[in-house]
Amino acid sequence: MKVVELAEKFGLEIFSGNVGLQKEISGGYVSDLLSDVMGFALENQVWITLQTHQNVIAIASLKDLAAVIIVKGLQPDPETVKHSEEEGIPLLGTDMETFEIAGKIYKEFEI
Amino acid sequence: MKVSELIKLTEGRIAAGNPEEQINIERAFSSDLMSDVLTLDDHHIVLITGLANVQLIRTVEMADVPVVLLCRNKPATPEMVNLANEIGIVLVETHFSIFRASGVLYQNGLKPLY
Amino acid sequence: MAEILEFHIKGGDFNLAGKASSKIKKKLIQLGVETSTIKRIVVATYEAELNVVAHAREGKLTAIFEPDSIRIIIADSGPGIEDIDLAMEAGFSTATKKVREMGFGAGMGLPNIRKNTDELEIESKVGVGTRLEMIIYY
Repeated sequence: MKVVELAEKFGLEIFSGNVGLQKEISGGYVSDLLSDVMGFALENQVWITLQTHQNVIAIASLKDLAAVIIVKGLQPDPETVKHSEEEGIPLLGTDMETFEIAGKIYKEFEI
Repeated sequence: MKVSELIKLTEGRIAAGNPEEQINIERAFSSDLMSDVLTLDDHHIVLITGLANVQLIRTVEMADVPVVLLCRNKPATPEMVNLANEIGIVLVETHFSIFRASGVLYQNGLKPLY
Repeated sequence: MAEILEFHIKGGDFNLAGKASSKIKKKLIQLGVETSTIKRIVVATYEAELNVVAHAREGKLTAIFEPDSIRIIIADSGPGIEDIDLAMEAGFSTATKKVREMGFGAGMGLPNIRKNTDELEIESKVGVGTRLEMIIYY
């Protein structure tokens, strides 16, 4: 599934990083701890978090993640948006809680 | 959902508390941020988290969260187990990621909070 | 006469953070205070305790159990708060990376304390310390 398809299917808001919308997603990763994502997230996963800080994009870029979903209707910091444009990593948003959006997306990638 | 079913679904193992505990878990909350957990209003919930430290147990004590699922094979430390047993919190360890645990529990009927 | 419990809080020691709140919780259960009220009290107290551990050198927590309410005073010696209004805003935080990686420091502490208390007073002097006084009615 492509990032753009995921966004459409789950009604995710697209804040920025449209360049990366055609990327193919391999699965999901949930964490609010940056070190955890640094250590364990895998390439092309979509990262679900409530962190809105620009470091999120720095880590997503380092780990070659497909996209970032910010939960609970939180707005990304302006620097985060800017960073997402620069890196071409889509920054998405939802009003749902982490549990709910992860619960729904998981079904798409269930092996 | 009973604790025993949660353990079965997440291929988990009990680290503290009684696996036959008859708490009825209705909702789940996935978070690594303790400040977030401290804003919860519900009582019949399981916290799904990647955090494994003593503060986690203190936080769920204050927030009245009865069951915690520790994901990605992060073992509960002896301090965590002792404190959880003292307070009466059920701690379950699973090798599932938070993503997978959330997915499986969502599909098996646990509801989100809000 | 009101019963008083006092606790010393050591800055930087996260393993001990919550001990005071836990003792207060046990006391409130003994007193038969309603569960949802206990939760408001202990969440606010724990957040305040965490603030001392995360930011200050040391602090003292005093819990005064009145017949109809609890009054909690937390006074610390530490850096103080430069702009209290700003610190009350959700998301504002001066927590270190280490504190954030422990799951704290999201800038929700003071707003959450306000949410859970009936009365809240904050006094702070930069370079000296901070004093919080909160009251919650049963």
